[in-house]
Amino acid sequence: MADTSHSSAQSRVAAIAIRIATELATLAVTLLGLLLMTFLIGRVVPIDPVLSIVGERATTEQYDAARLKLGLDEPMWKQFAIYVGDAAQGDLGQSIRTGEPVLEEIARYFPATLELATLATIFGVLVGVPAGVLAATRPGSLADQVVRILGLIGYSIPVFWLGLIGLLVFYGMLGWVGGPGRLDSGFQMLFEFEVTQYTGMILIDTALNGRWDMFANAFSHIVLPAGLLGYVSMAYISRMTRSFMMNELGQEYITTARVKGMPEWRVVWIHAMRNVLVPLITVIALSYAFLLEGSVLTETIFAWPGLGSYITNALFAADMPAVLGGTVVVGAVFVALNMLSDILYRVVDPRAR
Amino acid sequence: MVALRVWLSDPSPSSRGQARLGQFWLGWLRLRRNPLAVSGLAIVGALLVIAAFAPVLAPHDPLAQDLSRRLLPPFTPGNLLGTDDFGRDILSRIITGSRITLYIVGLVAVTAPFLGLLVGTVAGYFGGWTDAVLMRITDIFLAFPRLILALALVAVLGPGIENAVLAIAVTAWPPYARVARAETLTVRNSDYIAAVRLQGAGVPRIILGHVVPTCLPSVIIRVTLDMAGVILIAAGLGFLGLGVQPPLPEWGLMISSGRKYLFEQWWVSTMPGLAIFIVSLGFNLLGDGLRDVLDPKSAPK
Repeated sequence: MADTSHSSAQSRVAAIAIRIATELATLAVTLLGLLLMTFLIGRVVPIDPVLSIVGERATTEQYDAARLKLGLDEPMWKQFAIYVGDAAQGDLGQSIRTGEPVLEEIARYFPATLELATLATIFGVLVGVPAGVLAATRPGSLADQVVRILGLIGYSIPVFWLGLIGLLVFYGMLGWVGGPGRLDSGFQMLFEFEVTQYTGMILIDTALNGRWDMFANAFSHIVLPAGLLGYVSMAYISRMTRSFMMNELGQEYITTARVKGMPEWRVVWIHAMRNVLVPLITVIALSYAFLLEGSVLTETIFAWPGLGSYITNALFAADMPAVLGGTVVVGAVFVALNMLSDILYRVVDPRAR
Repeated sequence: MVALRVWLSDPSPSSRGQARLGQFWLGWLRLRRNPLAVSGLAIVGALLVIAAFAPVLAPHDPLAQDLSRRLLPPFTPGNLLGTDDFGRDILSRIITGSRITLYIVGLVAVTAPFLGLLVGTVAGYFGGWTDAVLMRITDIFLAFPRLILALALVAVLGPGIENAVLAIAVTAWPPYARVARAETLTVRNSDYIAAVRLQGAGVPRIILGHVVPTCLPSVIIRVTLDMAGVILIAAGLGFLGLGVQPPLPEWGLMISSGRKYLFEQWWVSTMPGLAIFIVSLGFNLLGDGLRDVLDPKSAPK
């Protein structure tokens, strides 16, 4: 008896090992595909990478030397191998505008985007999940209709336009929130010099430093973009929660629980919710990834110095290494989030193990 | 009229055409009972009509500048929705812009599903290595952030309406490939495909003539649901200045040109944004309704 359980445990370990190996192989192939794509985009771009480094007035010798140094005389496959090797070591090339390594620049811009997207997702989950549950428990009711229509609006609204309208109403007309940017300009310098930056996320850093005046100011700036983005992700989350919850509430174990006389809130929030959580994790991860991507549009509106602003500004300066580096980073985060949600899925759902 | 209705709802149709039209009729009856879907259909229909008759409907030339009449507020006589910073009539520009939106949506709706169907049916029909490789590529594309990829592509190709369409189509095909593959797998081993094969039909003929038609309904629903997203991405590219170029009245571009005047002349940005919102809402409503009609499993109870 002990023998068989031992061997079954062994085979389970083996199965998990195989699964992890396939998962990692998939991840590697996907990342390689991402790099191939940005590599190809970088090669067909009509901007001559050599010329943008040496300048228009360089001699032929200087031009050839720079070309050699960039490895542009090598065959394509070899160039790609070098590109992949560099990327694996965290070298995504140098920005043409500043001459700084792209990855270092991105590391400086990324926390602002992360902070915004995280806060927005928190809003989206806190409102979206209860709204979806409410709609699912009273299908056809007024609450259900309201949630459905609010969701459809969130699906259909151009997020950059929503941002402009939000600025117009809450900042321009009502004056309830801080305007564009992460801080008032008066606080901007103070933040650079007087606050130890642990994370690059203003809310966390100011709180850790005990600068609550600055925290309040930063909050007044982030609340509008985070709220609007949160609304968009709320639309998606509430809709998916509703359909998952409807599906669960039709199951037989729910009927059993009700027949036993269990209070309805317990049936919904404890029994059904546990099973709804499983697919919901994927939905939340997806909406988070979507917010990171959408930052390209929203950050322009709110003058938010994040990854999205970095990519768009680089785009207009024809700084291709920066654009492609940003694309690689966002893509990699995308892939990582997908994979993370897969793993969480297995942790929460024993059937998927 | 009554005879037609009886003919359409005949439980034992005498021809294939009658059966097919009867199916459409039943679907239409179901769609008609859903008020949200009907309003979606009305919005999309209105878009088609407005785009078709844009030159007649637009009260002014959408490109005609009149600097003495710049930034006039809505409800000014002669300019119902006001004028922009060059004194151009906003209503006329929105009406004319519907053509650009429809053009982009139409092109993407043709190219992306075509590519997706091709990849999906081939992968599903052949299976094995072909399937593994093609679906791996599809997954890689699916793993990409769509907007950023479109952005990088437009950066390479240069801004412009055709390049924007191409960039959006390149990022939009993978879901169609998934759907088409799933449908292909269900019919691949069915008897009628085997019968066609035994009659000596070649692979292209089997796929194009017999596999693709079975995939079409699910692909069409997907297209309708996707169109709202396409409109939003196209508007986003226009807003960033990477899509349609000025002075063409593209809605996203109009929003961005009104940004400078947001706090004083709010209507310049607001009106085209409303147009985008309404049209994309229309496609979402219609897509939802179509899905409920054609795929009763997902219908809300």
